[in-house]
Amino acid sequence: MSNYVIQGATGDFEVVIGLEVHAQVTSNAKLFSGASTEFGAEPNAQVSLVDAAMPGMLPTINEECVRQAVRTGLAIGAEINKYSVFDRKNYFYADLPQGYQISQFKHPIVGEGTIVLDLEDGKTKHVGVERIHLEQDAGKSMHDQHPQYTYVDLNRSGVALMEIVSKPDMRSPEEAGAYLTKLRTIVRYIGACDGNMEQGSMRADVNVSVRRPGEGLGTRCEIKNVNSIRFVRQAIEVEARRQVDIIEDGGSIDQETRLFDPVKGETRSMRSKEEAHDYRYFPDPDLLPLEFDDAFIDAARESLPELPDAKKARFMTELGLNDYNASVLVAEGETADFYEAFLAAVVNKTGKKPAEVAAKAANWVLSDLFGALNKAGLTISESPVGAVAGAELLALIEDGTISGRIAKDVFEVMFSTGKSAETIVEEQGLKQVSDTGEIEKIIDAVIAANPNQLAQYRSGKDKLIGFFVGQVMKETGGKANPGLVNQLLKPKLDG
Amino acid sequence: MTDLTNLTIADARDLLKKGDITSRELTEAHVAAVDAADALNAYVAKTPELAMEMADKADAKIAAGEQKGMTGIPVGIKDLFATKGVHTQACSHILDGFKPEYESTVTQNLWDDGAVMLGKLNMDEFAMGSSNETSFYGPVKNPWRAKGSDKDYVPGGSSGGSVASVAGYCAMGATASDTGGSIRQPAAFTGTFGIKPTYGRCSRYGMVAFASSLDQAGTITRTVRDGAIMLESISGFDKKDSTSVDMPVPNFEAALTGDIRGMKIGIPQEYHLAGMPAEIEALWHQGIEWMKAAGAEVVDINLPHTKYALPTYYIVAPAEASSNLARYDGVRYGLREMVEGGNLVDMYEATRAAGFGDEVKRRIMIGTYVLSAGYYDAYYLKAQKVRQLISHDFNQAFEQVDAILTPTAPSAAFAFGEKSDDPIAMYLNDVFTVPASLAGIPGSSVAAGTDANGLPLGLQVLGRPWDEETVLKVSGVIEEAAGFTAKPEIWWR
Amino acid sequence: MSDIDKATVAKIARLARIRIEDDKLEPLAGELNGIMGWIEQLNEVNTDDIAPMASVVNAKLRWREDVVNDGDKQDSVLKNAPRAEYGFFAVPKVIE
Repeated sequence: MSNYVIQGATGDFEVVIGLEVHAQVTSNAKLFSGASTEFGAEPNAQVSLVDAAMPGMLPTINEECVRQAVRTGLAIGAEINKYSVFDRKNYFYADLPQGYQISQFKHPIVGEGTIVLDLEDGKTKHVGVERIHLEQDAGKSMHDQHPQYTYVDLNRSGVALMEIVSKPDMRSPEEAGAYLTKLRTIVRYIGACDGNMEQGSMRADVNVSVRRPGEGLGTRCEIKNVNSIRFVRQAIEVEARRQVDIIEDGGSIDQETRLFDPVKGETRSMRSKEEAHDYRYFPDPDLLPLEFDDAFIDAARESLPELPDAKKARFMTELGLNDYNASVLVAEGETADFYEAFLAAVVNKTGKKPAEVAAKAANWVLSDLFGALNKAGLTISESPVGAVAGAELLALIEDGTISGRIAKDVFEVMFSTGKSAETIVEEQGLKQVSDTGEIEKIIDAVIAANPNQLAQYRSGKDKLIGFFVGQVMKETGGKANPGLVNQLLKPKLDG
Repeated sequence: MTDLTNLTIADARDLLKKGDITSRELTEAHVAAVDAADALNAYVAKTPELAMEMADKADAKIAAGEQKGMTGIPVGIKDLFATKGVHTQACSHILDGFKPEYESTVTQNLWDDGAVMLGKLNMDEFAMGSSNETSFYGPVKNPWRAKGSDKDYVPGGSSGGSVASVAGYCAMGATASDTGGSIRQPAAFTGTFGIKPTYGRCSRYGMVAFASSLDQAGTITRTVRDGAIMLESISGFDKKDSTSVDMPVPNFEAALTGDIRGMKIGIPQEYHLAGMPAEIEALWHQGIEWMKAAGAEVVDINLPHTKYALPTYYIVAPAEASSNLARYDGVRYGLREMVEGGNLVDMYEATRAAGFGDEVKRRIMIGTYVLSAGYYDAYYLKAQKVRQLISHDFNQAFEQVDAILTPTAPSAAFAFGEKSDDPIAMYLNDVFTVPASLAGIPGSSVAAGTDANGLPLGLQVLGRPWDEETVLKVSGVIEEAAGFTAKPEIWWR
Repeated sequence: MSDIDKATVAKIARLARIRIEDDKLEPLAGELNGIMGWIEQLNEVNTDDIAPMASVVNAKLRWREDVVNDGDKQDSVLKNAPRAEYGFFAVPKVIE
């Protein structure tokens, strides 16, 4: 995958990608004011006089936002800076009431870390994170409500964001997608951000440049505010192609800010580049340096759940899951939680060791349950069959009460009616027949009814055993224990 | 008849307590004095109805035995402090019509103690100025005039309305703010007592920001004791201001023992400026003699980086101001200038061009320049380093001495227009006050004498961080020794 | 070191969003050069190894608890607005 190549007329190019992800910190109140962060309120209803930058209003910092930034840093193995500074980034915009954004420039709260990408071929790749800093979100401008006016809503103004800046370590649209996916998984696992890209809780600025293999870094363009993983991939593809075309035509790339238009499938220069930005950063004199001690970091560390990489490794080594299944199960915290609860319930019901049933449990979750959920358009948290109910079904297979085939029918009924597996098996009389005498009787009858096939079998066509098994199962309505049937049938056929 | 407006806060407090006067009477007298003093142009908004309402509440409090130092005392409020529902414009055109939906902590503290608001006081626009000539509402006139002259003098700045109202007997005390000398210099120009406490002592919440790392509220009163009473009322920790410090507020008045025996008073040699008027040098020398006479030990000290304080200040303050004043953009409050067919940027540029005065624009421009790409290290970072050195100078000095004595300003009040064409000459007014602002230490100006023309002169007392008590104590000794009884001739009524 | 010309003044004014008429640029350049020239005496001071002052207050930043105790005051927020409509601030149209 790392050999993503853009073929130009004059040779091959590679693309160099870095991402700046803005992730909204999960908190009740804003970074510097006590107004709510909740989504979807009336315009300007979640605005304090601090957020509206009334004269003489002052910022005070929300401890939870500090804690979440530190937890995020720890989750990517980053260095945590016990001393950091808030700076003002000065620029004018209608939805930036202070005329500056409070951010961290020289001394961010989190330093270098690493995110491990899980690539499709089962390989991994390490992508460096340069830094994470805390900053305020801006308000929202609406340009289409009135012919002459832009309407400004400050509800989001002052909401805490983490800006997570990667190193330019990615070399393909897929890697960028995998990075975002993994980052999203991590912040959702630890509850630092809900990762909701549709609502804008996570958005990415994508830095793209191209070069011929072996050359130094090319001039980059920044594609602003891309709000889905798919669009990030698309934007990189078209932007890299655009840059290659320019270079091959003998042109040069202007370092600029661009927008991705998913409808037209192109990037275009932002109009507001008429003047180079000069943000005039300086330490915010309304705030003191942000400081905390090791005890605070330790407490943040202790509050972290098991992280996806560790969980995946444990699923593989302790439970014997294969790489693919383990990856899929840990990709969402909710799926992993469901699987673990499900496995625990199976172990509880069957008395077997986790490793003995883990693979079966994983297969059931990933194929049966996910298949049904996908068809119904439901998420795992909305599943009508819970972990314990599912475990009951799996236990019935394990102890031989029902066959795997019958189990699929039972599951369908469970899914649509919410009834328990045992009830369904009981009501529909689906219990597997494991009575040797009864099965023998049926086998004898089947053999007697098919003398031709018996002759063929005995003359060497041993594959016909399948035919006899099928007949027996048919006679029993699928309820005969298939293992037992096989075991009893062979000696009788062999005579 | 005794004119109630001549009383000190301390005297009025005692008379109120005894029931000899009521806050209503006291307030009525002041409301009348305010109306009679329009010629001073000290008030930009008067609130007589509110004042009477507050006076009656104060009288009820006193009757209920809940009197505090400021209960029932009529005061003026610098237009920099947000007062809920009342004109708050920092004397700038750009805040036209602004009436905040909130109250500053400093004024709230006063109202909680039962003080009475007479109105909002004139000031240099956004507190940028040393002569009150930059106010959108026109300059304040100094109640003092040179002997035998009817020429008008500046009251100093930026707290020009504060000092004029107090010196002109139309407020018993006034809130003020000091960024580089805006309390102390005008106090010196008007024979009043001004004190700027330690940075972090008074909350900046609801105080229109000029330069956040320097701005500090304080008071203007006619006596040191009044200053102690009023400062105690406005001081205190406020969790709404991240730079407010959680320190107990002492009983400042109790510090006024008059006893400075054995105290060490530093005399910074760098404050002997070449070309400083002889009378200022003489007054300073007199102050030194007073200190010795009171039993203090006078020590020569060095504050080697004094000379660099002003240029440092004129980087740091404009830099912060350029950012603090970015919020005045015509979107959420105040002035909005629309340009026919113009866009948002046109509105910003037109609004800010029309709304800010020349000095404010000049400082925004300087601040923008020193922070801009390529200049940050050379100017802003350099200045913050020199500021560290200046602060270090004071730390060193306070290892040797308990307080520092200097002149407040290098001259007495000057006439209008005298320095307004030369920004640097104007900035030099703050040469003695700016270093303490940069270091965040407490300082006062106490009336100590007059010049040959009969205009007041002040001495400045500086103290260790959080040691306002020593500043007040030493100020009290100077006040006592100086026996400053001169009063401006009342020409404005 | 300081050489603020007309173009620089125009650039700063633009950054500061203050319209300055063309004929005012030159005089303002002179004025600012005067002030900056005076300020540059700071270059005499040796500040090697000196940390810039981070804050006059010798304290750590205090933290606030994560509770919602503000907002829900649309009227107060909009009260002083030169133009507000349907709960929004209204500004001349911005074209992105």
